[in-house]
Amino acid sequence: MSRVRIPPQLRSEVGGAREVPAHGGTVRELLDDLMDRFPSLRPQLVEDDDIAPFVNVYLEGEDVRTLDGLDTSVDHGSTVILLPAMAGGL
Amino acid sequence: MPNYRELLQQIKSEIDEVDVTQARDLLAADGRPLVVDVRELDEWTEGRIPGAIHIPRGSLESRIEQAVPDRAQPILLYCAAGNRSAFAAKSLEELGYESVSSLAGGYTDWKRSGLPTELPRTLDAAKRQRYSRHVLIPEVGEEGQLKLLDSRVLLLGAGGLGSPSALYLAAAGVGRIGIVDDDRVDASNLQRQVLHSTGRLGEWKAESAKRTLEELNPDVEVVPYIERLTSENVERILADGWDVIVDGADNFPTRYLINDAAVWHDIPLVHGSIYRFEGQATVFKPGDGPCYRCLFPQPPPPELAPSCAEGGVLGVLPGIVGSLQASEALKLCLGIGEPLVGRLLLFDALETEFSEVTLRRDPSCPVCGDSPTITEYVDYVEFCSGRPAHA
Repeated sequence: MSRVRIPPQLRSEVGGAREVPAHGGTVRELLDDLMDRFPSLRPQLVEDDDIAPFVNVYLEGEDVRTLDGLDTSVDHGSTVILLPAMAGGL
Repeated sequence: MPNYRELLQQIKSEIDEVDVTQARDLLAADGRPLVVDVRELDEWTEGRIPGAIHIPRGSLESRIEQAVPDRAQPILLYCAAGNRSAFAAKSLEELGYESVSSLAGGYTDWKRSGLPTELPRTLDAAKRQRYSRHVLIPEVGEEGQLKLLDSRVLLLGAGGLGSPSALYLAAAGVGRIGIVDDDRVDASNLQRQVLHSTGRLGEWKAESAKRTLEELNPDVEVVPYIERLTSENVERILADGWDVIVDGADNFPTRYLINDAAVWHDIPLVHGSIYRFEGQATVFKPGDGPCYRCLFPQPPPPELAPSCAEGGVLGVLPGIVGSLQASEALKLCLGIGEPLVGRLLLFDALETEFSEVTLRRDPSCPVCGDSPTITEYVDYVEFCSGRPAHA
């Protein structure tokens, strides 16, 4: 099991939780597990069967795009951060 | 008990003295010593050996460790004639400095020999007092403060993030601050936009900011741009010459536009964004890390990207993130420390937690990548609307 940090923009999709557990040996399996339980997350995270270009997924602080993308293997107990672009400044 | 002359002779016999010719050769060689001028301020302001730092004899022991933490760093001390620097050399040896020499004949002999000198630019008495807490920091000092007074920082937005940034940059003595904002002060701004006040409701934010900042520090020139940054005006605004840009915008089109402009003009961009209890900050430094497009190649569809106006923001949050931006901007102006390049700092006020993720430059980035495909301004509103404007 890994811990997935949910950004404030997406918390309403997961019942308000700041962090949710998810299972999977790869980023793909982990996100699938998450999106199966919270289907409204899917359009916010995935586009054309890949991570959407307006969201970043960090595994232990590293962007999974710079690793093996959705195929990046995830160790048990890892921390994953979902980070959509955020424009607010005023 | 020795008298002064006997003590001086004794000290000089115990330390390493070099004459001006030896000193000149030392300064021209590899492993150049750090030159420390131990004279009084009035002597220093009349001329110095180029590259010297100034620590008056009276504060030498208390300040040298801050200025020169490495005991192995070779040091060449000088005063007017070589006597105060001899005592100073003895003190530094006692503090464990391994390679200390004193310039025999001092600055007087140096100058008489026709060797180069320079007149240090100095702060006048009023500025010395105003910025004394900066001058005391070894990494800033008088030279750093002079650099700040020569620096020019452009702020996008005089709102939540822009307010604390602008206040601290002005207080720090950044000589020229540009503010781009086309909005007027509204009552709903005052919960966090500390540049403005109740008496300013309805005024242009850029004008209100100018008044606040120039009242805080008359050394600062504030240039208001009462307009929204667009592809049409960005070149004119950047032509006014800026060393650093602080992005406190509230929308994606402006963020992509200023990113592209900053890459093309090679200007570091200090990014910050906020939402509810959480904020992010990083520095996009062209040629030395990723740009905003490497981080987010595309903005989210508008329906997936709530703004603070829609989602709310804790009033103090932009105070924290905007202050971090000011701190990064000051470091960039001074050329000190490790800026947040290649690192995105995440702050969660509700949990009081800072975390960091690594950002990398994308070699295929359309703007800063190896083979850029976007080389001129585009229609950023269309780009961010979710309609495919580009291949």
